[in-house]
Amino acid sequence: MSETLAEHQTGVPPHGHAEPDKFDVRKLDFFYGDFQALGDITVGIKRHAVTAFIGPSGCGKSTFLRCLNRMNDLIPGSHAEGTVLLDGEDVYGPGVDPVDLRRRVGMIFQQPNPFPMSIYDNVAYGPKLHGVRRKAELDEIVEKALGRANLWKEVKDILPRGGLTLSGGQQQRLCIARVLAVEPEVLLMDEPCSAIDPTSVQKIEDLMAELKDRITIVIVTHNMQQAARVSDFTAFFLQEKLGEAAKLVEFDRTAVLFTSPKDRRTEDYITGRFG
Amino acid sequence: MSDTGGRSEKTNASASGVPPTRRRELVDKRVTNALALGVIWCFALATVAALGSLLLYVVINGARELANPIEFIFSWPKGVNAEGGIWPTIQSTLYATGLAMIIVTPIAVLAAVYLAEYAVQGRLVSVIRFAADSLASVPSIVMGLFGLALFVEAAGIGFSALSAALALSFLMLPIVMRTTEEAIRSVPKYIRWGSYGLGASKWQTVSRVVLPAALPRILTGLLLATGRAAGETAVVIYTMGTSLNAPISPLEGGRTMPVHVMLMAMEGINLKAAYGTALLLVIMVLAFNLTARYIVRRTRRMQG
Repeated sequence: MSETLAEHQTGVPPHGHAEPDKFDVRKLDFFYGDFQALGDITVGIKRHAVTAFIGPSGCGKSTFLRCLNRMNDLIPGSHAEGTVLLDGEDVYGPGVDPVDLRRRVGMIFQQPNPFPMSIYDNVAYGPKLHGVRRKAELDEIVEKALGRANLWKEVKDILPRGGLTLSGGQQQRLCIARVLAVEPEVLLMDEPCSAIDPTSVQKIEDLMAELKDRITIVIVTHNMQQAARVSDFTAFFLQEKLGEAAKLVEFDRTAVLFTSPKDRRTEDYITGRFG
Repeated sequence: MSDTGGRSEKTNASASGVPPTRRRELVDKRVTNALALGVIWCFALATVAALGSLLLYVVINGARELANPIEFIFSWPKGVNAEGGIWPTIQSTLYATGLAMIIVTPIAVLAAVYLAEYAVQGRLVSVIRFAADSLASVPSIVMGLFGLALFVEAAGIGFSALSAALALSFLMLPIVMRTTEEAIRSVPKYIRWGSYGLGASKWQTVSRVVLPAALPRILTGLLLATGRAAGETAVVIYTMGTSLNAPISPLEGGRTMPVHVMLMAMEGINLKAAYGTALLLVIMVLAFNLTARYIVRRTRRMQG
């Protein structure tokens, strides 16, 4: 595996420009209690690009995603070993407050999860948390965030209405707007399209393409076509035996990984031989 | 291939001895079903009938007193037979119950937040929970004696609205605490994740997302408990006394409506006044519950 990675890092220049990686993960192990869920993950997440994590169910891709903003800290008894550098700073370092980290590294979940409050309050929630009080300023942030999430036109006349009255796809875009309102540098998306209708999936995929100019996006998906459509880079994770730690099998530009995978297991997975 | 095999197997099975049993079952099934339905329906009807006849009885007997509701509600009892109105008992009831509600809400809600969100789930938490459940099952007369010993005598507050409110809050605490805890637990995890994912601290998440989301159910629990407290006799008779007084200060005693009903009926002073008071109490509690339901529904709609 490390050979594959080394090959990639030397052989393929990342995305044409030489900016340092947004996330630089080195030798990350992750444990739920005694069970090791992730083993020796080393990968660089490219800045201003969409990176997809693919792999069969239970292969640790969501777990790894949640290591990037320390959402796993919420699970009692879990811990991580190794380094996850965000712009060169270890997110598991001693001085790092996960609450601050999560503001910089926003997250979208599989189940759209608007808060039981109005559309406006949903989007204003984050800015209010971080001290924005003036109504005019909040109005502006809300409009801008909803605009960037391609939802403003649909909801601008119903802002006081409850967020849960929207359709599933609209709810997911509301959640994206809610995250965008706190101006994150990274957007982690944990299977954001698996609980919504196809038309909405299309809208969210378009949205990702628009957002990646300014934000680094990481998406976990079960859907290989989706990974191929939206991502610039793809990482393939696999837990080879039940009870064993999941590993990163291959990481490459999406076009390369899907057309000429270097690892036999990647090829088997993307051609549908298992998973 | 395998499909056909499966089907032929089924045919074989039904050919060999299954039909007779099946036939008997068919008859039995219909009969038992009708029987069960009939019994269930009867019991359901009995519940409604019990409530209906109770209400009807109170209404028939109390309606005459309430023929002039303004006078009955707003004037004082007069003479040896306590004729006239019952205003001081209404004021006493509202005072003691309202005060109990104010005392119990912050304590119960914060305790529930601690149990549901902060406490490490383990022995201590189950002990606290068991204590709350036990407290809920303590007979109210015991609670009354406890209030008499602790608040009236030991703390020296005397027979007063405050003593009654404190004793009533013991009665309400476990109900409110447990329903609030359940309400908080029923807020889906992924809604909390959404908040944490935006960089919210635990307290911000609890106070701004979880509690508002749980609010309708918390209110329901609080109102159930308040309804119970408003109808409580044993607790208040030992802590607030029986004097006819419209308390202004929390340190004044008084006679609540249920106590008034008991005295009027048991001592044979004025049975008509007892029914009138009972009817008014029922109406008040009912109005209270309906208002509560309305508020809860409105909150839900606002959130939904």
